[in-house]
Amino acid sequence: MFDTALSAADLIFLAKGAGMTIIVTAISVAIGTVLGILFGVIRVQLGAVLAAPLTFFLDIFRSVPLLIQLVLANAFMGMVLHLRFSGFTIACMVLSLYTAAYCAEIVRGGIGAVPATTRRAARSLGMSWWQDMRYIVAPLATRVALPSWIGLALGVMKDSALVYVVQVTELLKSTQILITRLQEPLFLLMICGAFYFIISFPLARLGGYLEKRWSND
Amino acid sequence: MIEIQNVHKSFGKLEVLKGIDLTVEKGEVVTVIGGSGSGKSTLLTCINGLEPIDTGKIVVDGTEVHAKSTNLNKLRQKIGIVFQQWNAFPHLTVLENVTLAPRKVLGMGKAEAEAIGEKQLKHVGLGDKLSTYPSRLSGGQQQRMAIARALAMSPDYMLFDEVTSALDPQLVGEVLETLKMLAEEGMTMICVTHEMAFARDVSDRVAYFHKGIMAEIGKPEQIFNDPQHPETQKFLASVR
Repeated sequence: MFDTALSAADLIFLAKGAGMTIIVTAISVAIGTVLGILFGVIRVQLGAVLAAPLTFFLDIFRSVPLLIQLVLANAFMGMVLHLRFSGFTIACMVLSLYTAAYCAEIVRGGIGAVPATTRRAARSLGMSWWQDMRYIVAPLATRVALPSWIGLALGVMKDSALVYVVQVTELLKSTQILITRLQEPLFLLMICGAFYFIISFPLARLGGYLEKRWSND
Repeated sequence: MIEIQNVHKSFGKLEVLKGIDLTVEKGEVVTVIGGSGSGKSTLLTCINGLEPIDTGKIVVDGTEVHAKSTNLNKLRQKIGIVFQQWNAFPHLTVLENVTLAPRKVLGMGKAEAEAIGEKQLKHVGLGDKLSTYPSRLSGGQQQRMAIARALAMSPDYMLFDEVTSALDPQLVGEVLETLKMLAEEGMTMICVTHEMAFARDVSDRVAYFHKGIMAEIGKPEQIFNDPQHPETQKFLASVR
């Protein structure tokens, strides 16, 4: 149908890039979710006024373009703090906080969706604040928050393409390297897109599966 | 014994309880009637410490509810409360709803908690719904589940806050029957209710609340046949 200079070795090179995308995303989403839950709960517990400094801090990560965050974080760590972190570490740190900032909002919304009367019923049975959180709020909030969280995780996966600015060769960067060499941009971007789709698909399906399962309750 | 002494409580500028005194003995059934905004529901949530009070005190079996040193989680284990909205835990089955607190709060084993849960659910007529999720139950069934859930903690006292008010009329009867059964078994109960026939049949004493004060309290025959306070007379005339 058409000729391409793409070799098996090039495909493996792309697959390695995809592997890097998966690793950076997995680490950032994992750390970002844990931090996001923590920040979200703190914001709910403290209330709007007391949590204002935290909210402001998180808003920075939500408002400044990720590309700028990565470049500035890299420069700040190196030139100001004289810390020699690898690009990979910087990428994971910035993406984790970026994820956490969005996740905190999702968590806050999820907790807010649990009716106060339901929580009151739990406390009236003698459950502690922690038991109410653990056995009532967490499962109910998770059901509400899951679709947004899946969206966030998929978004972070695609946004992770920007970490090339701190010299991390992930999927899109790998593709660009091949484009430079092979001069077949459209074909290579198609392959790259297919890789992204293959990575995303299981997560999107998992979300659909869990939603369906929980709706039977 | 529940002793309520000169309790005052405000929400902002609105004083909802203006010095309530009431003592409920073990085994007694006291119903509280009155118009909306009379403070009767607030009193119940103060008794188990869900709401703080401004002045006065509430003492349950010698423990002052609002004292700083009181462990409310512990105290609430012996004071069951059922609300107007039944507040089922929607992600848990009927049996899990009932066994959650015995397991997590009392530290019971699964088998023991399930035995108690099953017994209480059978007691309120839900023995065939153990593995159903609450969303598949009617309002009346969910409310009876909420009662079983409170009973599974083996409370010494039960507070009922307008438990039939949110129910369709044809479902009210089954819940009132459950309350009657508990009363006959000797449970100590304070019931806030709009069901006058129930108050008359089941109570040892009936209290009439009006705008944050307890205008009158007495035996049901006396309150319903010979009310002394003009507000009680007006109220009973309006609900008849």
